Amino acid sequence: MALDKAAVAHIAALARIRLDEAELEPLAAELSHILDWMEQLAEVDTSNVAPMSSVAAAGLPMREDTVTDGDCREAILANAPQAAPSGPTHGPTRGPTSGPTRGFFAVPKVIE
Amino acid sequence: MSGLTSLTLAEARAGLRTRQFSAGELARAYIAAMERARPLNAFVTETAERALDMAAKSDERLNGGIARPLDGIPIAVKDLFCTKGVLTTAASHILDGFRPPYESTVTEKLWEAGGVMLGKTNLDEFAMGSSNITSHYGAVENPWRRPGDNRPLVPGGSSGGSAAAVAAHAALAATGTDTGGSIRQPASFCGIVGLKPTYGRCSRWGVVAYASSLDHPGPLARTVEDAAIMLGAMAGHDPKDSTSAARPVPDFAAALTGGIRGLRIGVPREYRAPGMPAEIEALWERGVEWLRDAGAEPIEISLPMTKYALPAYYIIAPAEASSNLARYDGVRFGLRVPGDTLDEMYERTRAAGFGPEVRRRVLVGTYVLSAGYYDAYYLKAQRVRALIARDFAAAFEGVDCLLAPTAPSAAFAIGEKMDNPIAMYLNDLFTVPANLAGLPAISVPAGLSDDGLPLGLQVIGRAFDEETVLRVGEAIERAAGFAHRPSFVAGEG
Repeated sequence: MALDKAAVAHIAALARIRLDEAELEPLAAELSHILDWMEQLAEVDTSNVAPMSSVAAAGLPMREDTVTDGDCREAILANAPQAAPSGPTHGPTRGPTSGPTRGFFAVPKVIE
Repeated sequence: MSGLTSLTLAEARAGLRTRQFSAGELARAYIAAMERARPLNAFVTETAERALDMAAKSDERLNGGIARPLDGIPIAVKDLFCTKGVLTTAASHILDGFRPPYESTVTEKLWEAGGVMLGKTNLDEFAMGSSNITSHYGAVENPWRRPGDNRPLVPGGSSGGSAAAVAAHAALAATGTDTGGSIRQPASFCGIVGLKPTYGRCSRWGVVAYASSLDHPGPLARTVEDAAIMLGAMAGHDPKDSTSAARPVPDFAAALTGGIRGLRIGVPREYRAPGMPAEIEALWERGVEWLRDAGAEPIEISLPMTKYALPAYYIIAPAEASSNLARYDGVRFGLRVPGDTLDEMYERTRAAGFGPEVRRRVLVGTYVLSAGYYDAYYLKAQRVRALIARDFAAAFEGVDCLLAPTAPSAAFAIGEKMDNPIAMYLNDLFTVPANLAGLPAISVPAGLSDDGLPLGLQVIGRAFDEETVLRVGEAIERAAGFAHRPSFVAGEG
């Protein structure tokens, strides 16, 4: 399977990884080489074989529907590259998630 | 007290309990060794103060006669395990500054058992690699060198820092993770023991995810017994990992009875790959003879799907990785590279934060999961995976475990095999099948290559039968009598 530059650019966009124009050609060659090598799986007859997604016992375990975690906003925000600190004196005060002890991950504006 | 770092874990534990030396003394000896080992670049973060605090608590318990299984044992942690409040990097730029607010289940268990945390070890970025050269924090050097050749060698990967630290006596034991061989191959390259338990035996909770259906936490140590003791402390059911097995944890060390008489040892024909180096084949044959001499019965078996394991793995693992690594977006933790829009921020952050091998695997994974290719690549690989597991199940109807080489070569020089990703992937030839099938497997040092470097043999067992794997591993250890030492030993003895 030979990938061209446009295909690599498309995959990179799906993966949210910015690539320079100059990186596309060498990556196309490299990824094509890897995909070619994977093509050998086509030799295997897998008709009537169900795909195996895990070796763990089928079925997810159930548990009581109770709260096991939470109330740890400070811990969750502690590693954010940019966060609006909690407390009543920061940031806007309106909106469904705001309140007297709000804390937010800060991101570039997403709504025009 | 001299010679403390030359003790095995079992010996150190006995010495601590009889108070021949204190946990504080042992911790100080290992901290000094860890510092002397800095040229190897095996540690990303040293936690000497924490080690001394933990050792002091162990000494209180040891003095009070209430010692826990690992009290006072200095352990290095692969920097893929989240450690509360301690920098956790996965050797990636994208996790810059990340201090987890929680502790992984496996490390929690080790500290509960009295283990002493020495530091966090270097690895291939996100555990993706077989050489430890993809780390954002630089390559790790193998403490072994070829006699008469001063070129630094790779320690293997991805648990290369853990393997190098244990081999250089800069840690008594270490944690690793094995997704396609990342415990066993570095153990082989560094002349130590590495054990990948059964999938589900050790919780993955709090381990930075690479490929969730293939990731196996496990121990690296200098002897089979030490690995058994470590596994006992690391294993156990964890409700926080839905794939964790709700099974009792046996006393693995007690399984080392020495006897393997009557065990049937499968020797998989297909592992005799074309182009297998003569020294690997000779070592393997020697291993078969050792087990025969110990009363086991070698039986040639067939695993017809073997040659497809590697390409299936290199579809499934990147697919899972591309999904797992989607969380690194510059919003909640780690690196952020600003952009005018949210998408631009994601794209710039991930371009700057991921190294070339991680990017390559995320792109491959994204491709094989994308519309139009999902069936042809991803589902096909999962079907082949089912056939590989079926091969093993059929083999285990006639044998109790399998014997194979761990890796197709000894350690190579830093810089070799860098130009072609597939040449690097071939390192995982003999280790990947046990990951796809979730089976327990151990690598035990068994001899030296023609150029004087350690080579391991691998024992693969039935699911949840680590005991047989350990017992046969110990038989190999005893027969091999591997007493060679690396050119660099940081410990004093």
